[in-house]
Amino acid sequence: MVDSITLGESLRRQGVSRRGFMKFCAATASMMALPPSMIPAIAASLEKARRPSVIWLSFQECTGCTESLTRSHAPTVEGLIFDHISLDYHHTLQVASGDQAEAAREAAMHENAGKYIVVVDGSIPGPDSNPGYSTIAGISNYDMLMETVKGAAAVIAVGTCAAYGGLPVANPNPTRAVAIQDVVKDKPIVNVPGCPPIPTVITGVLAHFLTFAKLPELDSLGRPVAFYGQSIHDRCYRRPFYDKGLFAETFDDEGARKGWCLYRLGCKGPMTYNACATAKWNLGTSWPVESGHGCLGCSEPNFWDAGGFYRALSIPTSDVTRTAAAAVAAGAVIGVAAGLANKAKKSAAAKQHQTVTVDQLGEG
Amino acid sequence: MENSMDFLLWVRGPAFDVAVAIFLIGVVARLLEILLLGRKSLHSEPKGAEFSSGLAEVFKRSVPLPDIVKRGAVTLVAGYVFHIGLFIMLFLFVPHIELIESIIGVRWPGLPNPVVDAVTVITLFALIVLLVHRYIQPVKRMLSGFEDYFTWLVTFLPILTGWLAYHRVVDPYPLILGIHILSVQLLLVVLPFTKLMHAFTLFLSRWYNGATYGRRGVQS
Repeated sequence: MVDSITLGESLRRQGVSRRGFMKFCAATASMMALPPSMIPAIAASLEKARRPSVIWLSFQECTGCTESLTRSHAPTVEGLIFDHISLDYHHTLQVASGDQAEAAREAAMHENAGKYIVVVDGSIPGPDSNPGYSTIAGISNYDMLMETVKGAAAVIAVGTCAAYGGLPVANPNPTRAVAIQDVVKDKPIVNVPGCPPIPTVITGVLAHFLTFAKLPELDSLGRPVAFYGQSIHDRCYRRPFYDKGLFAETFDDEGARKGWCLYRLGCKGPMTYNACATAKWNLGTSWPVESGHGCLGCSEPNFWDAGGFYRALSIPTSDVTRTAAAAVAAGAVIGVAAGLANKAKKSAAAKQHQTVTVDQLGEG
Repeated sequence: MENSMDFLLWVRGPAFDVAVAIFLIGVVARLLEILLLGRKSLHSEPKGAEFSSGLAEVFKRSVPLPDIVKRGAVTLVAGYVFHIGLFIMLFLFVPHIELIESIIGVRWPGLPNPVVDAVTVITLFALIVLLVHRYIQPVKRMLSGFEDYFTWLVTFLPILTGWLAYHRVVDPYPLILGIHILSVQLLLVVLPFTKLMHAFTLFLSRWYNGATYGRRGVQS
């Protein structure tokens, strides 16, 4: 439950030095594209920040987002900030189960009404869908979400499933799943998409909220501009090869070994907005394109249905070859019909053609 | 359609199918109608060869006559620059090659993107020159109707939007890429039913003329 300890105290207790803390504040400022003059302000706010209550709701999801956040990095200040929040409800991480777990959620909602943050991962079966597709403690995902967000200060949709529907929404969407923003209309929502999202980005959004007590600036898809403001393609270290026209044609050819552009192998970097190319993964070890695989576009809506992970972005998503064959056949039928009609017209005209003799002309 | 990604997926999916279908139905039907009109059967013995003469004419007419160079230099130069530029952009830009390969299964090497970029700028300039010339030159202006300006526009838009998409000047990128693909679809839909059909009939009619000249038989 929430107690009165500030973030500064919490970090000191965990052995974070002042220098380490200031370094984190500087990194946060640069990540959010804030001027260096903001660093002391960030430090001061974070120092005094109280533990916010966080209720983490997991719906139609794979727990990959939680795995990403809790496993992928050694303890960093970002990780410690995550430790600092009062995570009052989280299936995977909480000790309580059954009625006790639900009681913890209800208690957190009650005690921190209007102040707590709801983090959601996973999509939910829509309000007109069968509520039985996904339930927790006998409560449908939709009911639990709507009940929980009622008293929330803000909602953070973590992962592409929560932000845009993700895998559950993929064609044919058997559970008629929807994204959080499709049903929650009256609360500020931040989308932190990715499959999974970069851990630093999740904690970065939390840090921003702790620092400024408001949500970061968002783009047209509800994502924090600081992290999703630039495309993978624009920040890709392989971009010069794209510009030179040097492409890997297969995953094991010379171009692939030389690290050329993966566009032809289906890289969705040009349409994808995320921080992978700059923040990287696993403590800055690498990221998909650096490891030799094209970007899947996982932080974009409908990326599962975007035409195949190994087909270039310029290729249509539908089976155009079949359409083309059918269209040529149809065109041939129409063309031949028109040809026959013209022929009939010609022979009709020939039939009506009357000949005249010289004498007949003379009579006229 | 809620966002730019939905829009992009729509133009890459259902809209692409519709545009390709209208384009191919139109082109095939019109070509067949023209070909099925047939020619009057001639019974006299020809003195020359039809086929080779037709082929020669196809190439011969690509070389401008000295008089045309003198009288229509702007149309000639800008016209050639545009057509060659269009060919390079359409068939030698790597994303386009990927698209063509996915449909017909044939691929070839592309040009480096900065080269295609430069060609695009020159081509856009040529198209603007042609439009201005069409407007300020009294004879061309008098000969021009709605269709001439409309076909200019539907040709200009895909090139302009493609260039904007390549340079990523519109944010978000899926929006401008989607607009580019949609403008190409407009061109595809319009092509078979306007003067743009010359892309398919040009060489056919040149060959026909050349074949007639080459036959040198008696007409009855």
